[in-house]
Amino acid sequence: MLHLILFLAFGAVCVAGAINLLVQRHPINGALSLVAVMGSLAVEYLLLGAEFVAAVQVIVYAGAIMVLFVFVIMLLNAGVEEQTKGSRVALLFGVPGMLLGSILIGWVLLAKGGDASVPVGAMPGAPKVIGWLLFHDFLLPFEVTSILVLIAIMGAVVLASHPDADQGKKES
Amino acid sequence: MVPVSYYLVLSGILFACGVTGFLIKRNIISIFMSIELMLNGVNLSFVAFAAQWHALSGQVFVFFVMVVAAAEAAVGLAIIISVYRTRDTLNVDQVDLLKL
Amino acid sequence: MTPDLHLWLIPVLPLMGAVINGFFGKKLSRQAVAGVALLFSGAAFVMALSVAFRFASLVMPHIETLATWIRAGNFQADFAFYLDQLSLVMLLVVTGVGLLIHIYSVGYMWEDAGFYRFFTYLNLFMFFMLTLVLASNYLLMFIGWEGVGLASYLLIGFWFTKDSAASAGKKAFIVNRIGDFGFLIALFLLIKHFGSLNFAQLAQSVKPLSPETGGAGLLTAIGLLLMVGAAGKSAQIPLYVWLPDAMEGPTPVSALIHAATMVTAGVYMVSRSHVIFERAPMAMMVVAIVGTLTALFAATIGVTQTDIKKVLAYSTVSQLGYMFIACGVGAFSAGIFHLMTHAFFKGLLFLAAGSVIHAVSGEQDMRQMGGLRTKIPWTFWTMTAGTFAIAGIPPFAGFFSKDEILWRAYQASWVYWAIGLFTAFLTSFYMFRLWFLTFFGKYRGTAEGSHDESAVDPHHADTQAGVPAPHGQGHGGIHESPMVMVIPLLVLAVLSVVGGWIGIGGRFEEFLRPAFSGSLEGFSPQEVYHGHDRELLLMVISIAVAALGFFLAWVFYYRNPQLPKRVAASLGGFYGAVVHKYYIDELYATLFVKPLVAGSALILWHGIDQDVIDAAVDNSADGANEVSDVVRHMQSGNVRSYAGWVAAGAALVIAYMVWMGTR
Repeated sequence: MLHLILFLAFGAVCVAGAINLLVQRHPINGALSLVAVMGSLAVEYLLLGAEFVAAVQVIVYAGAIMVLFVFVIMLLNAGVEEQTKGSRVALLFGVPGMLLGSILIGWVLLAKGGDASVPVGAMPGAPKVIGWLLFHDFLLPFEVTSILVLIAIMGAVVLASHPDADQGKKES
Repeated sequence: MVPVSYYLVLSGILFACGVTGFLIKRNIISIFMSIELMLNGVNLSFVAFAAQWHALSGQVFVFFVMVVAAAEAAVGLAIIISVYRTRDTLNVDQVDLLKL
Repeated sequence: MTPDLHLWLIPVLPLMGAVINGFFGKKLSRQAVAGVALLFSGAAFVMALSVAFRFASLVMPHIETLATWIRAGNFQADFAFYLDQLSLVMLLVVTGVGLLIHIYSVGYMWEDAGFYRFFTYLNLFMFFMLTLVLASNYLLMFIGWEGVGLASYLLIGFWFTKDSAASAGKKAFIVNRIGDFGFLIALFLLIKHFGSLNFAQLAQSVKPLSPETGGAGLLTAIGLLLMVGAAGKSAQIPLYVWLPDAMEGPTPVSALIHAATMVTAGVYMVSRSHVIFERAPMAMMVVAIVGTLTALFAATIGVTQTDIKKVLAYSTVSQLGYMFIACGVGAFSAGIFHLMTHAFFKGLLFLAAGSVIHAVSGEQDMRQMGGLRTKIPWTFWTMTAGTFAIAGIPPFAGFFSKDEILWRAYQASWVYWAIGLFTAFLTSFYMFRLWFLTFFGKYRGTAEGSHDESAVDPHHADTQAGVPAPHGQGHGGIHESPMVMVIPLLVLAVLSVVGGWIGIGGRFEEFLRPAFSGSLEGFSPQEVYHGHDRELLLMVISIAVAALGFFLAWVFYYRNPQLPKRVAASLGGFYGAVVHKYYIDELYATLFVKPLVAGSALILWHGIDQDVIDAAVDNSADGANEVSDVVRHMQSGNVRSYAGWVAAGAALVIAYMVWMGTR
């Protein structure tokens, strides 16, 4: 019972945040509502028994990525977005397509999903077990993603570095 | 007891909102945040299935998704900064030089 | 078992000469080029002689297989060589006369800039001709057949920068091709009905068949089609038009190819196919009629021509007609006998004519000649031998062979004999006309003592590779040819005198008889008809006719030189038609050439090439352009529209998967 109430409450927060992201015209408002979504998703993860994932969600997603977003928004001083008429296709084909797709998926999941339900804490997502999996069965993807992160760091630094400062460094 | 399908519906709603945001918004950063929203929805479905089938590899995969999302966010935002420096706008409708 | 004579070497030796001269001739000196050419063709002749010496010890027919060529189901054609009496005769004629003409050409073409090219082509011709003669199946023979046509084209158009020479080469090749079409269809029929093109095998298959007296049937069709091919190659009606034009080529070429060897390939081929012809009486009658008409027709034209080479060209057409008369009445060995003697005296006549032309600095019009017998004695005496031989005066060679043909023609039908006799009269007349105009009387030309360029005939303007060299330039006046040109003349003159004696008493026919075995029982032409006395009578008549021709020529061209003009004027239109070769060339042009060219331009060029092929390519390119013009608007550069398309596509895919999953 409590499980359901918690799920519905935080689910509502998620959806509200998502819709707010769509509605808000200033990106900073969108970023902050996205943070709210991340947070409530972390609680959902806890309800599913994935403790470690929930913690990582808060630390990495809400704590690092969203902060990065907010930094960039403030750096660029992005203002309220203009209402330009860019593409008819996006609205004409994209939105109905998206609606169709989601309705279909929803229907399939609900009709064929079955009765399985997850009690709270049934599947312990203890860090020890995940660590074991990570360094045992998924060692190669782990190493590859670490290299990916390294490349991303280098790429980000190069792309975002100030052009004048770069040339100045080269000459000196 | 919460049926797994509820979690999946929530994941679907989040994903749909992400796609809609991608289609509607004109600010590049807003579009990016919609992408993050999509990724989160997918993460939720991974964890839900991991719980349903008692396979922890679902959660490990969420791990990887997060890493990739982080890397992607870093590089993507760096690109956005470059675009802002050259084009002086964050409106995606005005960054359309790559056309025929 | 059967000794290996390495027959394949005989054609291949000249081929090696052609390859060496072809690739390296430009860098070699003239002496080297000549040496190579003479070495290889001489080697071929020596080999032919050695084969002849060993002939008696061989079993006939002697077949040597070099390699398998085509094997398709039951059909097999090999690179194999066939030696019997017939091919031995042809072999000796081709290599012997060929070698003499090679020697002659060294002198004749010495100053030409295309010296090495000439000998390359000449050796190449020898290779193809020897392949033709030695082939043991029709397919290999056809290779030689086509190859000599090619060599003929190359050599006729040797001075290719001259328009008339290039056109003459093309004309020869194209008219030949028409004949080859008939030949090919005959080959197809042979393959279809007898399954083989091999002479030995065909003889086996065809011998049991009975003659088609009804006039229609498979063998008749094959025979007629073979005759079409022979008519093309041997310049019979209606495909003779290329031979007079072929005189554009250098004179040694005319001697070798258009007198002694290539044009006789048709006669050889018909003789080789005797098993077929003997069983198709209708086809043989057609052959005889074509030969008769051609002989007469060409002789009438020859009477009026003023170019010395053209007279000889029409004479060749006429004499080939005689050979076909012989084949048509079943006297194949007589035809081959005449082929041999004709090679001697016609080759001699052409070479001597070349010597005359050389002497008068390139002039070919007989009206500009005259009185040359004291100035170029060697040429005069050898040409006299040739003229007497062709006129059929005993004891020269032409008498024996021509008489044999007339005798056998008489036995078949007096009509053939009568026309043949009249043609013999015309032959004697126009040959002695040539003799008198060229060597007797007063010299009417301009080459005497000329040193400068202005006296040059427009025919032969300069010594570039494309145009013949004027020999008189710088030599000064009329002069005898060098020894290298005179010696072949002498050899051929001797052969023209004695060459016919081999046929006395029927020895030549006896020699060739085994080659023509397979004749039907009781078919052998009426040899004992009419008896020996009739034969003597006819012999006397033909000698009288030849003498009449000599006498009339003497009257017209020596005693009363104005007489020809008066006769020509009195004959009026008829004479005009004959001088213009009965306007046959113009007729062909209107009937065939112009419509074909116009039709090709209209239908094939404009209609198909431009409007279909070019249009298809151009329009498909335009279509691609237009389609891409429409589609490119998808690439708008706007990210949101891309996302819209992605979402729509994803929806479709999901719908499809759901549909598949729930089906």
